[in-house]
Amino acid sequence: MAFVTANWNPLGDAFYRKIELYEMGWNLKDGLRDCLVAAAPYGGPIALLKAHNRRSPSARPQLEIFSSSGLPLASFPWKSGVVKQLGWTVSDDLLCVQEDGTLLVYDLLGGFKRHFSMGNEVSQSQVLETKIFHSPYGTGVAILTGALRFTLATNIDDIKLRRLPEVPGLQGAPSCWAVLTQDRQSKVLVANGSHLFVLDNTACTPVTPPGLSPQASSIVHMCVSFSYKYLALLTDSGHVWMGTSNLKEKLSEVDTKIKAPTKQMAWCRRPKSQQPSAVVMWDGLLLVVGECKETIQYHLDDDSILVPELDGVRIISGTHHELLQEVPGACEEIFKIASMAPGALLLEAHKEYEKESQKADEYLREIKEQSLLSEAVRQCVEAAGHEHEPETQKTLLRAASFGKCFLSNFPPEQFVGMCRDLRVLNAVRDYTVGIPLSHTQFKQMTIQVLIDRLVYRKLYPLAIEVCRYLKTPEYQGVSRVLKHWACYKVQQKEESDEVIAKAVSVKLADAAGISYSEIATKAYESGRTELAIKLLEFEPRSGEQVPLLLKMKKSPLALSKAIESGDTDLVYTVVMYLKNELNRGDFFMMLRNQPVALSLYKQFCKHQEQDTLKDLFNQDDDHEELGNFYVKASYKEQRLEARIGHLQSAVDEYYKAKNEFSAKTTEDEMRLLRFQRKLEEEKGEQLVGFSLHDTMTTLLSVGLHKHAEQLYKDFRVPDKRFWWLRLKALAEKEDWEELEKFSKSKKSPIGYLPFVEVCIKHHNKYEARKYVSKVTLEQKVKAHLAVGDVEGAAEAAIERRNESEIGTVLSRCSATTDHLLVERLNRAKATVAKK
Amino acid sequence: MAHTERRDAPGLPDFSLLKRLARDQLIFLLEQLPGKKDLFIDADLMSPLDRIANVTILKQHEVDKLYKVELKPIVSSSDQLCFLIRPRIQTVKWISDLVNSDKVAGRFRRYKIIFTPQKFYACETVLEEQGVYGDVTTDEWNFYILPLDDDILSLELPEFFRDNFLEGDQRWVTTAGSALHLLQSVYGSFSKVYGIGRCAKMVYESWRELMEEGEQRTRQPEFAKVFLIDRDVDFVTPLCSQVVYEGLVDDIFRIKCGSVEFGPDVTSSDKSIKVMLNSQDKVFDEIRNEHFSNVFGFLSQKAKNLQTAYDKRRGMDIQQMKAFVADELKGLKQEHRLLSLHIGASESMMKKKTKQDFQELLKTEHSLLEGFEIRECITHIEEHINRQVSMIDSLRLLCLLSITENGLLSKDYKSLKAQYLQSYGIEHLLTFANLRQLGLLEEQQAGETLTVMESKVGKLVTDKTVGKLTDAFSSLAKKSNFRALSKRLALVPKSGEEYDLRVPRDMAYVFSGAYIPLSCKLIEQVMERDGWTGLEEVARMLNGQEFAVTGGCSSSEARNKTDAQRIVLVMFLGGCTYSEISALQFLGKERGCRFIVVTTAITNSARLLEALLDNGASV
Repeated sequence: MAFVTANWNPLGDAFYRKIELYEMGWNLKDGLRDCLVAAAPYGGPIALLKAHNRRSPSARPQLEIFSSSGLPLASFPWKSGVVKQLGWTVSDDLLCVQEDGTLLVYDLLGGFKRHFSMGNEVSQSQVLETKIFHSPYGTGVAILTGALRFTLATNIDDIKLRRLPEVPGLQGAPSCWAVLTQDRQSKVLVANGSHLFVLDNTACTPVTPPGLSPQASSIVHMCVSFSYKYLALLTDSGHVWMGTSNLKEKLSEVDTKIKAPTKQMAWCRRPKSQQPSAVVMWDGLLLVVGECKETIQYHLDDDSILVPELDGVRIISGTHHELLQEVPGACEEIFKIASMAPGALLLEAHKEYEKESQKADEYLREIKEQSLLSEAVRQCVEAAGHEHEPETQKTLLRAASFGKCFLSNFPPEQFVGMCRDLRVLNAVRDYTVGIPLSHTQFKQMTIQVLIDRLVYRKLYPLAIEVCRYLKTPEYQGVSRVLKHWACYKVQQKEESDEVIAKAVSVKLADAAGISYSEIATKAYESGRTELAIKLLEFEPRSGEQVPLLLKMKKSPLALSKAIESGDTDLVYTVVMYLKNELNRGDFFMMLRNQPVALSLYKQFCKHQEQDTLKDLFNQDDDHEELGNFYVKASYKEQRLEARIGHLQSAVDEYYKAKNEFSAKTTEDEMRLLRFQRKLEEEKGEQLVGFSLHDTMTTLLSVGLHKHAEQLYKDFRVPDKRFWWLRLKALAEKEDWEELEKFSKSKKSPIGYLPFVEVCIKHHNKYEARKYVSKVTLEQKVKAHLAVGDVEGAAEAAIERRNESEIGTVLSRCSATTDHLLVERLNRAKATVAKK
Repeated sequence: MAHTERRDAPGLPDFSLLKRLARDQLIFLLEQLPGKKDLFIDADLMSPLDRIANVTILKQHEVDKLYKVELKPIVSSSDQLCFLIRPRIQTVKWISDLVNSDKVAGRFRRYKIIFTPQKFYACETVLEEQGVYGDVTTDEWNFYILPLDDDILSLELPEFFRDNFLEGDQRWVTTAGSALHLLQSVYGSFSKVYGIGRCAKMVYESWRELMEEGEQRTRQPEFAKVFLIDRDVDFVTPLCSQVVYEGLVDDIFRIKCGSVEFGPDVTSSDKSIKVMLNSQDKVFDEIRNEHFSNVFGFLSQKAKNLQTAYDKRRGMDIQQMKAFVADELKGLKQEHRLLSLHIGASESMMKKKTKQDFQELLKTEHSLLEGFEIRECITHIEEHINRQVSMIDSLRLLCLLSITENGLLSKDYKSLKAQYLQSYGIEHLLTFANLRQLGLLEEQQAGETLTVMESKVGKLVTDKTVGKLTDAFSSLAKKSNFRALSKRLALVPKSGEEYDLRVPRDMAYVFSGAYIPLSCKLIEQVMERDGWTGLEEVARMLNGQEFAVTGGCSSSEARNKTDAQRIVLVMFLGGCTYSEISALQFLGKERGCRFIVVTTAITNSARLLEALLDNGASV
């Protein structure tokens, strides 16, 4: 397999290889000459804009967008101002930086998304240079203005402009600069001649790279690695200095011996690589520099640009698209000439096996003797991931599979995972898709992002296939793709609402976690309200429907959907919205048809707007509730007149509600209040607000019997209550004489047991005894027991021949003192029981 | 102990995790407002908060002073005020006024409102209307569930009952749904969900939506089944006097957030003592579910045992004594202290319980439940009202009468209501309106009585109350759902049989053998039948809205008989009583499963009715 190493070049201990990714599909007249070019990392799209022709400013250049394989994605004439720089965001949007500091954002199919400004200062002093950079916080923009000041925004989706401090001694544009992301902060590194400065939010700090060769009088180029960890500087003396980006450590320095002006420089370092290396490009020449003195030189036929990647550099020219990278360890081990690494032996073994040669066994034995077979399989699998040619991938995987047969317990995940990954990668690397991702990049960017990228390119079927193939959870996979598809679908103006709604519902029917409301929002935004409503019908969560319905001014529908959802907050949202939107009458009418909303609004009014509550009841002719409302209001009122006024209104309402009972009671209350006030004025007793019962109690306790009597008559107080009242009041005052008189005044409606009990309660056994005889037969036993007369109780119980009563008495007898009695009772009990 | 634990009873999940989650979130929220700050806490959040994070923890996170929200002007010199409140319009309005008055006085402070368990749009509207929306930051503390005990979880939302059932305000539904979702995400999904009631259905729906939005987790579930029940399905049970120890303590001393304050009459000293009532208290744990009549015997036995343990000291040598003091004495002392407290409490309760009034009250209740001697009951209630014995108890008996008899005769209704108003004031007109709205206290419609009477005439002959004409008319001449339910589910055991309360044979023991709580009986029946089949008639009488759905976890998981399969989560929407918990515990022991009770709040007859009062004081 010598051909695999054909494009390898040694540099120090490592090898570098240049692989052709695509022959470009575009047909550019002048190649990339005089073009603004921007290519997104991770195999993203390429944007091209012919440089402004200063001589004929009216001519409109064409802005073109291509896939990495050079297939056209979009093309439109540039109508806005002078563009200084093109760049791509992390979500594959095109950023165009204009001279006046305005940024325009387009999607990758050329649709305009939005624009924003980088601030007054930038627009006044104009943009001199721009760098677009990516960090964990999103896509950032750094601008050097005509006033030689830097303005920086870390995330264009959440613009916070930062103006960096001045660089001392800067007379003209700096010789070069770069953006660094360190310590969760974006900084600018500027070279002014041989001086280097780091600009952060607060300060401008001069720095010196350790060990920079002294011949240099100026730093002419610099570049930062993909991970922001390393920095490379190119001096006017042709030296390339490489070190860590915090400028604490030098990694190497190489003399290129070329002093011509450089076009571009980029890092070419892969994770876990053996040495730091950078690529420098001059007109027609490309140089790879590493740790050693030697360099690798490539000849360039055409104008090219370098696109730094995580694990190499892509070189795009007018005709070709190539990847230059350090050969990954596993590939090197296997394919290096005369390699004896286990992977290489396994590959050889498999080759012999296919030739049906017994040598296969020899090779295998050799690996097995060193017990490196699993290592060999692992190497083959890994190397397959790094190979671009499907044929080579297959050969390696077959070898791995072959080796696996001789291993028990080898975990299959790595092999299976790699096969799957490669299948997806080969699919997206296809010329028609044009995303030349390497396996390392793919792992870094994750499958979710890859699916997003496919979706941005509207490659929905491929995206869905990938999701299904990789068994991505439906939530993040198929459903998401379908949603994007639907959002796109609803914007197609030429199809009718019905057709689209049907198509969407059919496709999305069985997908989990679809948010129809998002799709409906898209439909509404593109002016298709009817379609939006149709789509909302499919939304299972009514909560999601409401905000959009409100936006579309479909408030009755919104209200009923909100109520359906059972989420009161949502109902409130709608109710409050309606309250401000509709006139009062309409608002109330709408509430009337929605009891849930109505009761919610009532709750709100109870605390916030009492009067509205009244209006609500009024509109409904709910006199009962109005009556209750007034009664409640009366209790908040301090002044008696106002209180009576409220009660009068309550009476009227109750009559209207045909609630005679409440009306009468309320009238009674008014009478009582007046009576209480009169008495308060006359006698100075605190009475107003008491219940009838309490009023009478008070009156009796202060000896105003007559007035109590009057209330008794006026308010038809039941006899029983009055007797209880009198009884308690008298006992309270311990007016035993009066009590006795009272007991004899007429037959007690509450019987005489209460008399006994009340006396006992006030510890007057003597008085209590007086009433025992008057107690009815049924209560005799209780009365006797209450006064502590066990014998009397026993008599009564025996006389009544009541078993349970005899039992009660028995329980109160003590066996020692009343044993005679106990005997009698027991005998009586026995006779009763016999019957 | 009368009934011993079955050996195969499943273990319970560890609910203290919920506390830890709540605490961590609260600390996180407090740290969002760095620097010293004064913290204002809603009065009813004080006790629950204390169970989550005590003052020391709060102080550690730079809380300077703690205040209770009293809806009055404040005195605070702090520049940062933090409010930890329930999402109530009234409180938010108070805060708005506070901010506005600070503004007028030219005072600059930072304000942060932490709503718990969630914020409501209505509260934000108030902030907006009062023009302080921009001055205040708001946050949510998703403190949904407070574990009161190993098997009792509470949402601590007493207002749930009134808001949901009386005012028709369903905003707490999502809260209950979220609480279930929280349980599910921490302890795994359920195999089956049953429920009855409108609110239960809505809670389930809201929970289901949360389930669908969130990610499915496939882990071994720690519960098998969930039962959701609305409080208005069974109003009878919470209206009855409680006679099981824990319920009685709640009725008399009012247990608050799992702890009770025993007054001087219990502690036999001059100060009150606050006691936590949960399974940590070994004495309490053994008597909590016992009928009160057994408690004394048990306590005295316990006292004797304790004495014996103390007596061991005699005849010990130094070494043994040392070991005794080190190992046992502390435990014994602790037990001693608790024992004397519970004895004190029992004595105090005994005093109240043996009073004539209480006995009569119980007798009336039992008569009402049995539908026996209704006329006497009415007379007794009348006397109760006339003597102004107790505002709440009178109301309770009235409600019980109305429910068991399916409404009062118009004549009785008017006269009892008039007498009640005379005793306690006309503002109770509103209370009566509320009770009627909930169907707790109703007046029979004239027409209805007649037709139903005709249909029931045939049955008259067999009824034992036939002798008394008035009774026959008032108790039988209505289609009393309770009566029918009671018959169908055999809620009231046949009278005449002796019921030995020391060896309870069914759940009726929690009401002295007179009545099996309807709610618990329903749960038992549904669990037994694994659904509502055969209970259609019962469900119809309870206004339907029953459901049974197979839950999130797959059937294969459900089939393997793990412990979890015998743990049932019962959620009471609108509160549950300690008697119901006791009854369920009893049921669990009988059936070898465990019930975990989740409730919006612990309730009893007094709390239930107080929530419905509308006298001037509560506005």
